[in-house]
Amino acid sequence: MNIGTQTMAEDKPWALISEVSEQGFIEEITDIIKQHFHIICLRDFLQNPQQHGPKIQAILMWNTYPAAEPSLLSSLPSLKVVANGGVGIDHLDVPYITSLGVKVANTPGVVSDATADMAMGLLLASARKIVEGHQIAVDPKTTSIPQSLMGVEVTGSTLGIIGLGHIGYKIAQRSKGFDMKILYHNRHRRSVEDEQSVGASYCENMDDLLRESDFVVLVVNLSPETKGLISHRELSLMKPTATLINVSRGLVVDQDALVKALRSGEIRAAALDVTHPEPLPRDHPLLSLPNVLITPHVGTYTYATTRRMVQCMVDNAVAAVNGLPVPNEVKLK
Amino acid sequence: MEEEKPWALISEVGGPHGYLEELADIVKQHFQIVCYKDFLQNPVLYGSKIQALLNWKYCPAAKPWLLKLLPCLKVVASGGVGIDHLDVPFINSLGAKVANTPGVVSDATADLAMGLLLASARNILEGHQIATDPKTVHIPQNLMGVEVTRATLGIIGMGEIGYKIAQRSKGFEMKVMYHKRTRRSTKDEQAVGASYCENLDDLLRCSDFVMIAVNLTSETSGLIGHRELSLMKPTATLINISRGLIVNQDALLEALQSGTIRAAALDVTHPEPLPRDHPLLELPNVLITPHIGISTITTARGMVKKMVENALAGVKGLPVPNEVHPH
Repeated sequence: MNIGTQTMAEDKPWALISEVSEQGFIEEITDIIKQHFHIICLRDFLQNPQQHGPKIQAILMWNTYPAAEPSLLSSLPSLKVVANGGVGIDHLDVPYITSLGVKVANTPGVVSDATADMAMGLLLASARKIVEGHQIAVDPKTTSIPQSLMGVEVTGSTLGIIGLGHIGYKIAQRSKGFDMKILYHNRHRRSVEDEQSVGASYCENMDDLLRESDFVVLVVNLSPETKGLISHRELSLMKPTATLINVSRGLVVDQDALVKALRSGEIRAAALDVTHPEPLPRDHPLLSLPNVLITPHVGTYTYATTRRMVQCMVDNAVAAVNGLPVPNEVKLK
Repeated sequence: MEEEKPWALISEVGGPHGYLEELADIVKQHFQIVCYKDFLQNPVLYGSKIQALLNWKYCPAAKPWLLKLLPCLKVVASGGVGIDHLDVPFINSLGAKVANTPGVVSDATADLAMGLLLASARNILEGHQIATDPKTVHIPQNLMGVEVTRATLGIIGMGEIGYKIAQRSKGFEMKVMYHKRTRRSTKDEQAVGASYCENLDDLLRCSDFVMIAVNLTSETSGLIGHRELSLMKPTATLINISRGLIVNQDALLEALQSGTIRAAALDVTHPEPLPRDHPLLELPNVLITPHIGISTITTARGMVKKMVENALAGVKGLPVPNEVHPH
């Protein structure tokens, strides 16, 4: 028996995850986790929480699962960290978790490129009717190319970015190549240098941004201040030719107000990578509107970005378990 | 007294295949228009008056039998930059000039090219289908796309449209390579960070996204065939916004079915539309749009204005701004 190897194998801490499947962690990226952790799935954990609970030092949270409910946390006496894959942590009660002596971590930075790419993809797909075009192109009933599938011009149009953080800024960088005029609204104004580098103009008053933009993209965190940020009034300020793009959280938009605005032609179209809930109920009106493009929260879904997120999440969890400073700790303000 | 406007033959106004009303109005400002259907009712009457043929999305087709019915024809003004559908030498031999609308189409086409690239890379079509499917219960975690930021974009043809695609890809920090008959200036290359590939094969081997942005000519017909597709990465995406005939469609079908390349996004096919039983229509890794590269109202307006400008000059015997000469 090789004592050294056995000791090393025993030394790996235990982490709780939801599952390995197409709803949880996909098989291809679990190797990153297994380098540093023994993993146990929620289903197996629940078979015998008393036995498994004391071993678990980390929860690796993906797509909000496993949910950090009090009932779960109270059965994990050795828990040191809830490490989230992704930057949004609106689904986590940070004050409560940290009151238990457990750290919270997320994965900012690594998600930004892929999310910004997605935002631009949604903008272009909506503006140029790519999905509708494909449906016509492959429809068995199509006999000739319709001349009336007109979209709206992207080059030279006005892009209004609500939330110019890391992701919002990268959207601005990408839109520059399309000669778009960039307006932004943010809690705090960015430096003149940042603004000039992407040619973005600050709108202290969000209403001005809404009035002037051809494309409005939402790139804020979900917080009490941003919940329902875009509702009836905001939509009514927008141009009837404008498109709303949301890559932040569904709750930032009042969905009933959005349905009304899309039906009445108050705005031209919407492209949403996020809704509330996800997925929407199958009879939700948003699903049947012709001027809505919805993707199932895939803003970060490339193999490369997913691997980077998992690596970052694991690095955070390893640091916490070893009592070291956590690179992306989410601290109470 | 208002001078009588010259007569122009157009396809039709309204309907799924005709000019939008507001675009027809632009033409009517300068021309008395005859729709193709009406022309055919009385070709002799109209034929003697028509001095301009306005060709929009290939209609009305400037076939020899039609041209022979237009003895006073001075100009065939085509909307769009491609003129592979026009026999320029033949039309010239009848004493008529040919004109297209370069420049004005470039932004919208480059925008669509980027839109197709991103939609394919990030599975936007499939995502929407899943998100709206009545049977969807969970958000899938395995709808993985490929990374666009810092990927390598290989542009075949770096004319005005290709160059604008390069400009747009810069914001995504893409590494740009290009292949062209004649190399661009160092200044042009540096402005978009593009590297010249004298050998097309090198571009095909190194690219994550291959973008076709060339005219259709005898040299470019079938440019992308079995061999070229086999050189591409299995993770690569082919995007075509030029002409369907540049790609060997049977070879493309095979490459997509076998995983020789990851996916294709096509705004153009041959023919358009494809026969309804064409296998390309069923492949999960193909995105097809119905030749909408210039389909924005802004660009369509600009194209029609240019067409009218060209046609008026031709009718008046003045130099035609965008005259196309035979090669």
